[in-house]
Amino acid sequence: MSDGAGSVERVHRTRRVVNRLMLTLTGVAAFVVVVPLLLIFYHLVSAGAGALNLDFFIRLPVPVGDTGGGMLNAFVGTLSLVAYATLLGVPIAVGAGIFLAEGRRAPLATVVRFVADVMNGIPSIVIGIFVWAWVVVAMGRFSLLAGSIALAVMLIPMVTRTTEEMIRLVPRELREGARALGFTRWRTTLGIILPAARSGILTGVLVALARIAGETAPLLFTAFGNPFLEWRLNEPVASLPLLIYQYAISPYDDWHRQAWAASLVLIGFVLMVSLAARFVIRNPYRGS
Amino acid sequence: MMEESLLPMETKWNPGVPGIPAPTVGASHALPEGGKQVAAGAPFAVEARSFSFWYGANQALADISLTITTRQVTALIGPSGCGKSTFLRSINRMNDLIPNTRHEGELLLEGGSVYRPDQDVVLLRRRVGMVFQKSNPFPKSIFENVAYGPRVNRLVQGRRQLEGLVERSLRQAALWDEVKDRLEKSALGLSGGQQQRLCIARALAVSPHILLMDEPASALDPIATQKIEELIYELKDQYTIVIVTHNMQQAARVSDVTAFFYLGKLVEVGRTEEIFTNPKNDQTEAYITGRFG
Amino acid sequence: MRPTPDSAGALDLSGRSRRGLLSLFPSRTRGNLADQVYAVLVRSMGIVLPLLFGFIVLRIGVAAWPAIRSFGPAFVTSTDWNPVAREFGALPFIYGTVVSSFLALAIAVPLAVGLAIFLTELAPRWLAAPVAFATELLAAIPSVVYGLWGIFVLVPFLRSAVQEPLAATLGGAIPFFAGPAYGFSMMSGAVILSIMIVPFISAVTREVLTAVPRDQREAALALGATRWEMTWQVAIPYALPGILGGAILGLGRALGETVAITMVIGNRPDIARSILAPGYTMASVLANEFSEATGDLYLSALMEVALLLFGITILVNVIAQLLVWRVSLRGGR
Repeated sequence: MSDGAGSVERVHRTRRVVNRLMLTLTGVAAFVVVVPLLLIFYHLVSAGAGALNLDFFIRLPVPVGDTGGGMLNAFVGTLSLVAYATLLGVPIAVGAGIFLAEGRRAPLATVVRFVADVMNGIPSIVIGIFVWAWVVVAMGRFSLLAGSIALAVMLIPMVTRTTEEMIRLVPRELREGARALGFTRWRTTLGIILPAARSGILTGVLVALARIAGETAPLLFTAFGNPFLEWRLNEPVASLPLLIYQYAISPYDDWHRQAWAASLVLIGFVLMVSLAARFVIRNPYRGS
Repeated sequence: MMEESLLPMETKWNPGVPGIPAPTVGASHALPEGGKQVAAGAPFAVEARSFSFWYGANQALADISLTITTRQVTALIGPSGCGKSTFLRSINRMNDLIPNTRHEGELLLEGGSVYRPDQDVVLLRRRVGMVFQKSNPFPKSIFENVAYGPRVNRLVQGRRQLEGLVERSLRQAALWDEVKDRLEKSALGLSGGQQQRLCIARALAVSPHILLMDEPASALDPIATQKIEELIYELKDQYTIVIVTHNMQQAARVSDVTAFFYLGKLVEVGRTEEIFTNPKNDQTEAYITGRFG
Repeated sequence: MRPTPDSAGALDLSGRSRRGLLSLFPSRTRGNLADQVYAVLVRSMGIVLPLLFGFIVLRIGVAAWPAIRSFGPAFVTSTDWNPVAREFGALPFIYGTVVSSFLALAIAVPLAVGLAIFLTELAPRWLAAPVAFATELLAAIPSVVYGLWGIFVLVPFLRSAVQEPLAATLGGAIPFFAGPAYGFSMMSGAVILSIMIVPFISAVTREVLTAVPRDQREAALALGATRWEMTWQVAIPYALPGILGGAILGLGRALGETVAITMVIGNRPDIARSILAPGYTMASVLANEFSEATGDLYLSALMEVALLLFGITILVNVIAQLLVWRVSLRGGR
């Protein structure tokens, strides 16, 4: 290109400009993504922190018009829901995870794995309606049990897959060594493999807990909400996300303030659990 | 073998003395200090002056002074981790991809500083073709692989010119006859040796002045290796070639000049036949006779 | 080879070398029986998932059957949703769900890919780590909190800063942006959804971008490509199937998202051409009307909406899953 030296130079300048421009734009994209997070935290703290006091945690809601009151019912409700969902869901999920890890490429394992991944994508509202049609209709009432089942249905596929992955990270030699010592299959798994994968599985459970603790939609027609303190399995219960939802779409300023405060607490709880998941002693067999 | 070689190494290696031996090949390999006496019309393609390089806290190159002459094949040899690849990858600043690196001293490409602050690495790399240890064709057609460089650098106008350039490059890489009927097929369908020659053709398509080869045949079978070596022999009429190799016989077969690196230092450089028949340095001798490395 | 459950060699070995400890280990027959129980137990836990899945389909399908029978295909083509008159056409909800999700995707994909490129190709570590952490936090925020923030911060902002100017300038010429600016609208719904799905798409994109082999990048750079050209022409095409899978996964989330979008989309069962007008989604109508549904047919119609939503999201997720699997298979893992 002896005749095109000038144009080559020009083309090159254009390319440099495009390079700069596009790389800058990726930085702008990163900025645009992070800004909502900062704004959300800013508004949560500025609008919610003022309404936080001891009463908020230890008192029940008061009727509209009265000021004060708290969300004790919602705290107790959310904790009960999450606890029962864990009790119901984690054993099944860990069992299914073991099955997948040991079954590996068996046809049934492939099907189960695929179903687990697909179930992770079921809209939570659909799960709520399913549990309504199943449990609530059968019991004839909204209940803590129904809400816990709905959350457990969400939790099971998540924890199944993380359990499988964590078990797979345990070196084969450990399993083979145990078997060579005469351990039976179940002893190998329960006595050797699960303890070795314990912290990884715990991390997975905590991540799932953080997610279901913030769920509203599956509880709308199952746990339903309750202005009073309740922890019996066959009674409807309040939950923090449900209460935030109801308060946020209400017309009352005081409820809005409480919704912000409750959101701040909910976020704090979710983040604490997420951070706990991060700092659980890492599985020694886990890669970097 | 290893144990034998360790003894002379430890006793004779003297890092206190600058490990750069006097040049062995006359004027064209004079040290930088006296480097003015360049033969007319034959400037150095690459010239390192006390060039050092660090990955984080690890010093990979220490005080390298080396000149690489135009239109010759220069082989860089030495055991793994000796810095020969680092040196090669400094010439086109491929090490920029790695965070936390730094350098000292001068590295000149055709007289211009490679690490000059205002150096445009894109223009620099266009003058420097590179062939990697593992063939790395793009997952595109054979044609598109060779056309990538000319396209991205806007070297040609129109399909006809591009086709001509692709054909010329493939012919130069001695691959044209094997692929001319399937230019639109995926490059990943070629054999390992063909893929590597495709990568050479791809590098040649941007008309570089100098061709860097980082162990280009280490993953190939003997026949494919032979083809690459023949190709190097043919290409050296038009290009300055720097080749990093583990294979001593290969260095002896293809190169005009050989530089021996050890522990980040340039131990000895000279005409290949001299290095291999009459090395001045004990480490060099130990290495080329296979007593270590 | 792996020892089989009844591998005599393994048991003999332990018996010979550790006779004293033998009593600690279950006997061979007991071990086998326990193993069988264990295998059945674990297998049945695995089967719980497909069973549960089938049960969900069955339960909702049965409940939706009366509506399916009485409305037939008209259910998805009719725009009349009038419970009082017992007219049930779900098209406005399907429209709202699909349009809000695809708008969200249109906003989220460029941002997520840009963010992923920034994090993998450009940002120094001191910046990349906190930014990556921030996007993970975005994924951890409960959707009701997004909704709350949407109602009181995002919607007023969008109405005054985006929608009113848009309606005043382009509104006359482009029906898409026709006023009035309601605030609670399809646009607000799409924006909140996009914020929610960006972390998922960018996480997948980052993963596949870091999986692009270094030699591919080096090949492009060595040929004189700029950093951007290397990223755009070599890294992105290489990672494209994975990025696509991530985008579809994000789409699946957007389609099924309930409370956040219910709180900001306006909940009006119309098919409005303007994105500044309120809309309604399938998930929103379920959240709003399910508990007050009077009459079996109304309930059944809502069940059919749930079934449709379920079907659409499952379809989208299956596609995403197959894509992601294909990529990871190609990656040779």
